[in-house]
Parts: sequence; C-alpha cells; structure tokens
Amino acid sequence: MRVLVTGIAGALGREVATRLVARGHEVVGVDVRPWYHPPDGVRVVQADIRKRPAEDVFRTMRPEGLVHMATVTHLTHRSRERFRINLGGTQAVFDHCNAYGVEQAVFVGRHTYYGAGPDSALYHTEAEPPMAVHAFPELSDLVAADLYAGSALWRYPVIDTSVLRLCYTLGPLRQGTLAAFLRGPRVPTILGFDPLFHFIHEFDAADAIVLALERRLRGVYNVSGPPPVPLSVIVRETGRTSIPLPAALVRPLLGRFGLPKLPPGALEHVKYPIVLDSTAFRRATGFVHAYDEDATMSAFRGRPGDPV
Amino acid sequence: MIPASLIPLPTNADIARRVERIELPWNRHGVDPFGIDRAELARLYTLLGFFYHRYFDVKVYGAHNVPPRGRAMLVGNHSGGWALDAVMVIASAFFDLEPPRLAQGMAEKFMQRMPFLAWFTSRIGQFTGLPENAVRLLEEDRLVLVFPEGARGTAKLYRDRDSLVGFGTGFVRLALQTGAPIVPFAFVGGGEAIPTVVNLYKLGRMIGIPYVPVTPWGAAIPLPVTLQILYGAPIVLEGNPHDTDDVIIKHVDRVKARIAALIVQARELRDGKRREAELDLS
Repeated sequence: MRVLVTGIAGALGREVATRLVARGHEVVGVDVRPWYHPPDGVRVVQADIRKRPAEDVFRTMRPEGLVHMATVTHLTHRSRERFRINLGGTQAVFDHCNAYGVEQAVFVGRHTYYGAGPDSALYHTEAEPPMAVHAFPELSDLVAADLYAGSALWRYPVIDTSVLRLCYTLGPLRQGTLAAFLRGPRVPTILGFDPLFHFIHEFDAADAIVLALERRLRGVYNVSGPPPVPLSVIVRETGRTSIPLPAALVRPLLGRFGLPKLPPGALEHVKYPIVLDSTAFRRATGFVHAYDEDATMSAFRGRPGDPV
Repeated sequence: MIPASLIPLPTNADIARRVERIELPWNRHGVDPFGIDRAELARLYTLLGFFYHRYFDVKVYGAHNVPPRGRAMLVGNHSGGWALDAVMVIASAFFDLEPPRLAQGMAEKFMQRMPFLAWFTSRIGQFTGLPENAVRLLEEDRLVLVFPEGARGTAKLYRDRDSLVGFGTGFVRLALQTGAPIVPFAFVGGGEAIPTVVNLYKLGRMIGIPYVPVTPWGAAIPLPVTLQILYGAPIVLEGNPHDTDDVIIKHVDRVKARIAALIVQARELRDGKRREAELDLS
C-alpha cells in the first residue's frame, strides 16, 4: 500500500514509518520538522500539512492509506497556534483524502479526549462524550480534531476512517505527554490523590496504528496496552521521586524548582484517572500488546546512569 | 516512599495473608486492573479488624447466603449517622466469608473530591456509584455493595434508625442487566452507635460533604454497641432491564420488603423477642 504519514518526524511517527516500510509498504511522510536520515524506502517532505506542498504530495503520490499524526499535544505550545494546526490540519488532511482517493485513513487521537474528573467512570468506552472540554479547555482543539476526524465516517463514507484514542505512550523514545511529565527526577503529585495512569509501550502503539491501517479498521476505537498503574507506582518504578503538594500550592509552583510546566486544567489529570476499555479494538484487530507495564516502565527508565 | 495518605496505618501479618486469598487478578505490584492495592487492603482490614472484632460487638447471621464466587450484589439498608454500615459489611465480607471477598461499595461522589479519601477509596475498591462502574465490576464477577437509599439513608435521625426511606431503582436494572443475584441484608445497630439528633447540611456544604451528623456528644464518634448483619437468601430477578419504572418498581418493592422483614427480625433478636434458631433467612 502507498501510505502517507503526517507528523512522520515525531518519535511515534518514525516508529510507524519504519514498521510500514518493513512490512513492504511505500511510505511518504509530511512534517514541518525535519527527519534527516530516514530509512530506505521512506521519503520525507518537509512541509506544513495545511499548505500547498502537502496537498501536492497527495496529488502526485495518490496514497491509498493515510496515517494522520500531525497533531500538537505539547501543552507548552501557544494554544491559538495549536488550534490551527490540530483542527485546521485535520480538516485539510481529510479534504485531501477525499479529493485524491485515499481508501483508508487512520487518525491518531488521544485518550485525554474523555477528560479526568471526580465524577467520571473509571473505564471509558468509545461511545462516551468528551468531558475534557469542560475541565481542561486547553485540550479543546484535540477533542475537536477527534470529533472532526470521526465525522469523516459520514461525510466521506467511501473512505474507511478509523479514529484511534491512544492512551499515554511510554518507553525508550521518552517522548509524549507522560514522558514529559516524568522527565525530571522530581515528579509533582497532588497530596491525597493517586490516580491510575493508563499507558502503552511506544512500540506497541506503533504496531497498533499499523494494524488499524492494514486491517482497514473503520470507526472509533480506544487503544491501550497493559492494565493501568497508580501514579505512585510509575514514579517509583521509573526511579523518580514523588513530590506530593497540596492542590492549592501546585499551581504557583509549576514550572519552578525543576517541576514541569503545566496548564491548570492538567492538574485534573494528575488527580483523577483516565482509563480506557480497549476491548473493541482488540476484538476488531486481534491486537495484543507485547510489553507489559513493568517492561514499559523499565524501558522508559533505561539503564542506571542513562541520561534522562 | 511516602504513602499518599500520609497515615502510617499498621498491617497485621495474618490479615495480610488473608488478603492474599481474595480472588482478584493482582499484578506483580499487587494492584488489580481497577487500581485496588493489596497492601492498602491489608491496612484497611487491619484497622477494620479492631473495630469489627473488639470495639463493636458485631453479630452476623446468614453469611452462607453470600455466594463465595461470582457476581452478586449486597443490597441493604442504611441505619443512620454515616456509612458505618457499609464499613462493617465490607469487614464482614472479608472476615466471615470463605474465601474472603472484597465488597465494593458504590460510593457518594463527594468522596472522590476529598484529598486522601479519594486516594484511599480508589485503592480499596470503593468507587463512585456510577452505573458504568457497577456494570463493569459485576461483569468481572465481583461483589458489589449497594445501599439503594443513598445519602438519604445515612442521614436518618435516631428515631428513624430502623426505617427505610425511598429506594432508587438503579440497582434492579443493574441486577437485570448483569444477571447478578441480589443478596438482601439488614443492618441494625448503626442508629444506636451513632444516634444522630441533627444533620448540619450548610456546614457540610462548606467543607464539601453532604452533611455533618451531630450526636448528643457532638461529633459522630460511634459508641461500642452491638451491630447485627442479617444476610437473606439471594434473589434472582428476571425481566428486561429497560422496562419502564412502574415494572421495575415491583422488583424494587420485592427487595425492599425482604430487607424490611430482615430488619424486623434483627430488631426482635435484639430485644429478646426472637431466638437465633427462629430466624427466617430463606
């Protein structure tokens, strides 16, 4: 299959591209960021997905498959710019898919779509509405992109679209929201709260995305790895130190004293769990995660003395 | 590591071994897929053990009516003050059943908002009372503890301690949907332990809980009295979980009548008007 991967230069994008090539697919990537030495068989076009050069890739390559990963999840990014990339980019990509005959599109979304809060169910299923908008307005662009991608199912019924809601990724690449949160030696936690965190090994996440593409998956699916683990266990098993702070104190301290910088809404995600029921995805694709929670946490931790 | 609770509760070794016999799918860290932590359960039951065996005089009848395995719902009455009844039924399911079982209560929403309480209730499997949580637990063949009176039930004053207030209908729909048998139970003595004279709702709202119960001695610290738990024979309901309320209410009334009858028997036992051999738990 000829596959176009947007956001290919990201850590997960590279893993997906490498797997696709290894499985005999032809891969072209689009990303504003460079990928200097892609493996043989991967062509990278450095362009903004909302601009003409990106559309030209669709026009000339005529991809049959698309993996859309060009969403900004870093919360440090200015939100107006994020909104433009995440929502405008998703719109452009699906329009091109329709115009240039893409048969299978995979949108890689996030499980934070569901939002964290004291009154939400522990396990989330795909049918639930996005509560993140209310509790965590900084995530509204990702929620909107997720819903917009899902609407391709009825707007462009000839395209098999799958929307994947991926839980946090963790592993040796040390990229992503959870990895950023755990980057420093000290991890801020909220005193009196210890939510479950749901994560998947980066390699398993890449396998799941490839599987969704190859199985021609259609619909909205939660993707998760091993069962969730309390934050305190993650902190301990990755060799970090937990700094429990009273909720009222956390806000002014964020971004200082080596603590990560987070918007206020993110604190809900450190107080309350977001856990996925991924039964539907496993049933539809036969996906089985290869790395359990311990292997994933130790892969992230690396060998003692490794740079963090 | 600092426990998130900051409460250095001790753990009794015998109780920790008994916790190992609770049949839940633990991972290497002693945590199940719902985040229930074996070490925290051992702390909990060590604490409860003192109250269950020493502080209160807890008398349990009909524990054989609780299925040793598989999905089931314990459905009973609140007896006033605060959820002492729930705590003691959780202790009873651990200490009186073979193998011990974890009764998972359907908790009030405010608990997840309170620091420490949120942490502790999450680790010991007492989740917010949402239908989604209950269905998932029952489908995993767990023992779910339900008080259909809800917070209206815990707010009973002393004089109403053995009455039943309005039942919700959700538990019947859950039972019909999941095929879980309902084990009705009566809890008597909670009103004597925490004789509430008034509930302060405004003060409760200020500190983020539904109300603050007040006893003749002020704080709602329970007296070391006799507490009785009577488990009745399981009721298996049949019907459509999506029936209209007027159909569902018939099932609710059946369960409620059974609980009321159990309360009467417990009361008679307490007042010496009935002997243990005369109990009808069928």
